[in-house]
Amino acid sequence: MRLNLTVNGERRRADDVWEGESLLYVLRERLGLPGSKNACEQGECGSCTVYLDEVPACACLVAAGQAEGREVRTVEGLADGDTLDPVQQSFVECGAVQCGFCTPGLVVAAHDLLRREPDPSDEEIREALAGNLCRCTGYEKILDAVRSAASAR
Amino acid sequence: MTSTTGGRTAATTVNGVGTSPARPDGTRKVRGEFAYSSDLWHEDMLWGATLRSPYPHARVTGVDIAAAVAVPGVYAVLTHDDVPGLNRYGLEHPDQPVLADDVVRYRGEPVAVVAADHPETAQRAVKLIDVTYDVLDPVTDAEEAVRGDVAAVHPGGNVVRHAAIRRGEQASQADVVVTGRYEVGMQDQAFLGPESGLAVPDGSGGVDLYVATQWLHVDQQQIVAALGVSPEQVRLTLAGVGGAFGGREDLSMQIHASLLALYTGNPVKMVYNREESFYGHVHRHPATMYYEHGATRDGRLVYVTARIYLDGGAYASSTGAVVGNAATLGVGPYDVPNVRIDCWGTYTNNPPCGAMRGFGAVQAAFGYESQMDKLAAACGLSPTEVRRRNAMCEGTVMPTGQTVDSAAPVAELLDRLDAMPLPSGPSRDAGVADLRSLPGGVSNTTHGEGVVRGVGYAVGIKNICFSEGFDDYSTARVRLAAVGGEPAVTVQTAAAEVGQGLVTILQQIVRTELGVDQVTILPAGTSIGSAGSTSASRQSYMTGGAVRAAALKVRGALLSHAATTLSRTAAELHLDGGKLASAADGVLADLVDVLGEAEFDETVEWRHRPTEALDPETGQGNAHVQYGFAAHRAVVDVDVELGLVKVVSLDCVQDVGKALNPQAVVGQIQGGSAQGLGLALMEEIRTDGGVIRNPSFTDYLIPTVLDMPPMNIEVLELADPHAPYGLRGVGEPPTISSTPAIVAAIRAATGKELLRVPVRPDHLI
Ligand code: FES
Ligand code: FES
Repeated sequence: MRLNLTVNGERRRADDVWEGESLLYVLRERLGLPGSKNACEQGECGSCTVYLDEVPACACLVAAGQAEGREVRTVEGLADGDTLDPVQQSFVECGAVQCGFCTPGLVVAAHDLLRREPDPSDEEIREALAGNLCRCTGYEKILDAVRSAASAR
Repeated sequence: MTSTTGGRTAATTVNGVGTSPARPDGTRKVRGEFAYSSDLWHEDMLWGATLRSPYPHARVTGVDIAAAVAVPGVYAVLTHDDVPGLNRYGLEHPDQPVLADDVVRYRGEPVAVVAADHPETAQRAVKLIDVTYDVLDPVTDAEEAVRGDVAAVHPGGNVVRHAAIRRGEQASQADVVVTGRYEVGMQDQAFLGPESGLAVPDGSGGVDLYVATQWLHVDQQQIVAALGVSPEQVRLTLAGVGGAFGGREDLSMQIHASLLALYTGNPVKMVYNREESFYGHVHRHPATMYYEHGATRDGRLVYVTARIYLDGGAYASSTGAVVGNAATLGVGPYDVPNVRIDCWGTYTNNPPCGAMRGFGAVQAAFGYESQMDKLAAACGLSPTEVRRRNAMCEGTVMPTGQTVDSAAPVAELLDRLDAMPLPSGPSRDAGVADLRSLPGGVSNTTHGEGVVRGVGYAVGIKNICFSEGFDDYSTARVRLAAVGGEPAVTVQTAAAEVGQGLVTILQQIVRTELGVDQVTILPAGTSIGSAGSTSASRQSYMTGGAVRAAALKVRGALLSHAATTLSRTAAELHLDGGKLASAADGVLADLVDVLGEAEFDETVEWRHRPTEALDPETGQGNAHVQYGFAAHRAVVDVDVELGLVKVVSLDCVQDVGKALNPQAVVGQIQGGSAQGLGLALMEEIRTDGGVIRNPSFTDYLIPTVLDMPPMNIEVLELADPHAPYGLRGVGEPPTISSTPAIVAAIRAATGKELLRVPVRPDHLI
């Protein structure tokens, strides 16, 4: 099938998409946007989190066809040119990135939290990030990064 | 906390050793632009897929690939007949078929591989391969495997290694004797980046492989043997690695993708999904341990006797070395005059087990620390007091006869933990506490009623670097030249950055030694000599040591060159912030001017001091080069009606010798502690007759941000005079003591004996 969607503000088209493909596969393998990650492909880890019409979603659980005509924003679309989003900047500075495989999903999830709640409590941060697994950091520096991004805003 | 290097103190270098500059790959990682091994793409790329055995033990009587080959879009279907070289590989013993030939020995063993133009096409073709099996009884019990009353999984029998440690009196008696049988479940590394890579054929029988791994050169050796080609024909480059923790030390898709690429003439990408990942890498050895501790009435250890069984599963992997660790570290960080330890690693038809962070030391620590708490109770001592009375220190003789020749601050770690503040609570007034701070969280299972608190302690010991006489080395090339009017250094090694931040540390080392800010770490590959594995907490020590040695050679050559140019002696010159200076006259010249067109390029192969093999009868020998220590204090709240546990705090003190990058050190402690928490409370690959029951993140749980409590962390820097900058390996020790500390806290809260990890709700009610 043919798929038309908007990704990071650009209209994109993918041809010969097999119906069983996920939005994640289309982004990563057909549109050259491998930033969203594929740690589980079963909705458990959050590494594939993207905005779908401004709402965070696990791209691995979205069938490609469901994204027809919709607007997707991925981790690649958060920075403004060379200027990182404050969430991205804080992740780098606070040591919240080790292997970084969880990072794209966590950055999108944290970005969404701070849009909804600019000054979240620790409990709110934990709740908002509870769907994103990280195996390297033990999460403490990720919490630091979100706190720091909140105060930088 | 200053170390002197070439007349300056390390602490003064901007972004040098002892500071925490940002990682060089950090910006690309937060932008989603860092290329992991599953992100690679190539023109005309095919997708590989693997057919795996559905049985843990079976004879293969036939493989019919006709239907699979006929699928449009399928380019190749390969079986063992298509392996041109040796159809065996393995880290320590080549005992594992590249593709099964006569017998499959575990559920998930690769039988055939397919290349097709779409991953779904490849998967469909895999399902059409018709394999006929004669199903055999699986061997699934490690103790039975050692006793020999079951079938042999491999021709040589089921014992991969037996290590015996004999020190002092072998028939000891003591006033107080405590015994226990302990079990550790099979833990998974659960790195987030799946096994993956891209193999690109070179058109003349060779292949370039881009892959996430821990040790490029040992991968290369095994691939070369299986392909039957020469080493120059297999070139590996490290692709972005999404975590490793030991699980990438063995091969996964490397040979398969290379084979498919050579057969099809197309680049081939393979990416496991999460279920396949559980079959595609080795796990932490499950253990059964029998311990007996004898002590005087005042709690001083007289003897320790232990029998430890580690289930290595179907293939040897690194079982031999894991056995060595569990045996030599089997009494823990304590001074014990009489020791008798027997440790076996076995073959069974369970999933293969090998390296995981903590590597044998994790299992033993759950045994000996549980015993120390039992001993404390038997002697009427506090858990910290019984440990202090037996704490090893510098000069202590290990059960192997090896004298510990640098800091071993076990008592100090405990003192510092004791001095940390305890969290308040728990609130006993139903309805007052925030649900999110209670066991069960927002599941709303308790408002504080039925919740009891406990505090527990544990200390762990880990050998750093490779042991038992292994020729352990790393290779580094450091090149200094002027680039665009600035002095610039490039560093080349084959060391695998897996997330830990080695790339940052190597930059820091060069800045400290050469005073040059601009340092580029080139991609790791096999075009330079081996760096050894990213394991055993060894890369800061080994590749850090190699880069430092190469940088010092560059500095020596540069200073001689500068001495001629500046009409000075090399001895009076030093490098500082891109300048050449002398103590007497201060700054003499800009480095960039002295460099001119010259370049300084040095390659060094660097070794730690040698270790010795263990005596096979007595286990005596100077087997380890360095020991690392960490201690944890855990505070837990337990809902005793539902068996739910909330870890309230998890504090840690660790000696790292020298914190090359304090932020990264703390990150290792936090991440390692979280993996220990996982083993204590939730992480286990459940097998039934050799079959994994929970190969998914739905059923194999790892800690989330809701499970991890805040941590107080203290880092000690007691320099090891034998190590570069005095550093001590960091990565593994925090994983070791975290698990037993949490279990001790649950015991303190509930009074339950808890002889097995992970602790499950039904153990608590
Ligand atoms: S890859 Fe989508 S949730 Fe894990
Ligand atoms: S940084 Fe590796 S999984 Fe989070």
